[in-house]
Amino acid sequence: MLNVENIREDFPILTREVHGKPLVYLDNAATTQKPIQVIDSLVEYYKNYNSNVHRGVHLLSVEATDQFELAREKIASFINAKNSELIIWTRNASESLNLVAYMWGRKNIHDGDEILVTALEHHSNLIPWQELAKEKGASLKIIPIDGDGSLDLEAYKEMLTPKTKLVSMIHVSNAIGTINPVENMIKMAHDVGAKFLLDGAQSVPHMPIDVQDLNCDFLVFSGHKMMGPTGIGVLYAKKDLLDDMDPLYTGGEMVLEVTYENATWAPLPMKFEAGTPNIADAIALGVAVDYLTKIGMDSIHDYEKSITEYALKKFPVLEEKGVVLFGPKDPNLRGAIFSFHTPSIHPHDLGTIMDYMGIALRTGHHCAMPLVKSLGVPATARASLYAYNTYQEVDILIDGLVEAIEYFENGS
Amino acid sequence: MFGSDDLYQEIIMDHNRSPRNYGSIDDPTVAIEGFNPLCGDQIKVYVLLNDDKIIDIAFDGIGCAISKSSASIMTVELKGKRVSDAQSIFDAFREMITGKDLNEDQLDALGDSEVLGGVSKYPARIKCASLAWHTVNSALSGDSNVVTTE
Repeated sequence: MLNVENIREDFPILTREVHGKPLVYLDNAATTQKPIQVIDSLVEYYKNYNSNVHRGVHLLSVEATDQFELAREKIASFINAKNSELIIWTRNASESLNLVAYMWGRKNIHDGDEILVTALEHHSNLIPWQELAKEKGASLKIIPIDGDGSLDLEAYKEMLTPKTKLVSMIHVSNAIGTINPVENMIKMAHDVGAKFLLDGAQSVPHMPIDVQDLNCDFLVFSGHKMMGPTGIGVLYAKKDLLDDMDPLYTGGEMVLEVTYENATWAPLPMKFEAGTPNIADAIALGVAVDYLTKIGMDSIHDYEKSITEYALKKFPVLEEKGVVLFGPKDPNLRGAIFSFHTPSIHPHDLGTIMDYMGIALRTGHHCAMPLVKSLGVPATARASLYAYNTYQEVDILIDGLVEAIEYFENGS
Repeated sequence: MFGSDDLYQEIIMDHNRSPRNYGSIDDPTVAIEGFNPLCGDQIKVYVLLNDDKIIDIAFDGIGCAISKSSASIMTVELKGKRVSDAQSIFDAFREMITGKDLNEDQLDALGDSEVLGGVSKYPARIKCASLAWHTVNSALSGDSNVVTTE
């Protein structure tokens, strides 16, 4: 089992205090903290070998290029992509999703086609498809969830038709923690000839992902949600799809030959990486991948499952106070993301009170407005854990919630 | 946090639990909605004027404890005041909530609303505390129909 105390020692920020209390950082679905190794790699890059990549013949440029491309290979290995040329650097998962909508969607979706997404989607995997569907005269269908927050698989089966061209799906819900059974859903999509895009923003950081095993056509994820820096993300796609897509961003680096009239594109992956890339952050993400690999994604997954089980077991204490927890109650069907509603305390007030106790939660609709609305509440409070959170922190959260509820209901 | 100087002190909790002037007014002179899209706070303020006097003021809607108690405290302060006085109270409130020091006159004008001064230490909540005030301010200056905090 992973050693959480050892891991915590690598994260300088976890020793800080907020409002005079130790920080209990439970907002990992929003962004994750970085180990010193990742932070050091950024400084190391700028201190020692900062240089533009790919075009230079001087040593610094060679060093920078080597590290930059090595990071790309690390990502490829991490998700078991066939080849590192299938790893395209982007800013984040949102950009990756928009790029698929623009570069693949506008060419391949036509009037009368159908796109399927789920009721759980983050806005970034909903709105680009809304826009695409409106523009092309395609229809966007929403796979419903049941009362538990799990996908209605019967409905999914019915909704897949010969007209379905794309199924784009969140793997783990950032809002309520549902883990979707994508392995089989991908097969079902392929059976009707549809492509499958997997939004791995909340899964890639927390469990082993093998794109060849899953056989998804596209995978997107963000560096900052997996102990990497902000500003770097990944778009993975199968080779035939990438070869067929025309680049959205054109300019330097992504070309072979240019005249005043025309340009030809560079091979993969450069074709999709115009301009100077986010070199330092790509390298740092590679270091984050090293760090995660050293702990082991299986270990992280197991640890999170067991802390989820622990949290769920403690939940009745809150239930007694009227707290409602959304999403599946089976620890095998949900990630370590807990969205709840306290009837006597507005989420906004709850977030502030938790903050005062040193606990970082997020409140609101978590970029999933239609989903949260469908839960019948204006907003939820969300605690989301990662490999450096402890069982004790779960206790602090629960005790804090009880104290807050008692104060709001009865006064001091 | 739960102490006398802090954000969730007893007087604010009291106004949250039992908001004053909560409800609507039949045939108001102005009724205007305020909305905080960031957190979903929604408020509607009703004002009944006679010449330039606020003879009745009420509010309803959903929101956090800060927005609700702020609205409640505001209606208590503004009821019976002249519209021109209301303007000075708004100005004083805005100064207070953004952490500025107030003079004697401003403190006088604010009356009980002074308890909301603690909000200035929690910048993320300033919009909550200001929602009702912005809404009424718009209503009294004859502005458009829906006010948002954006």
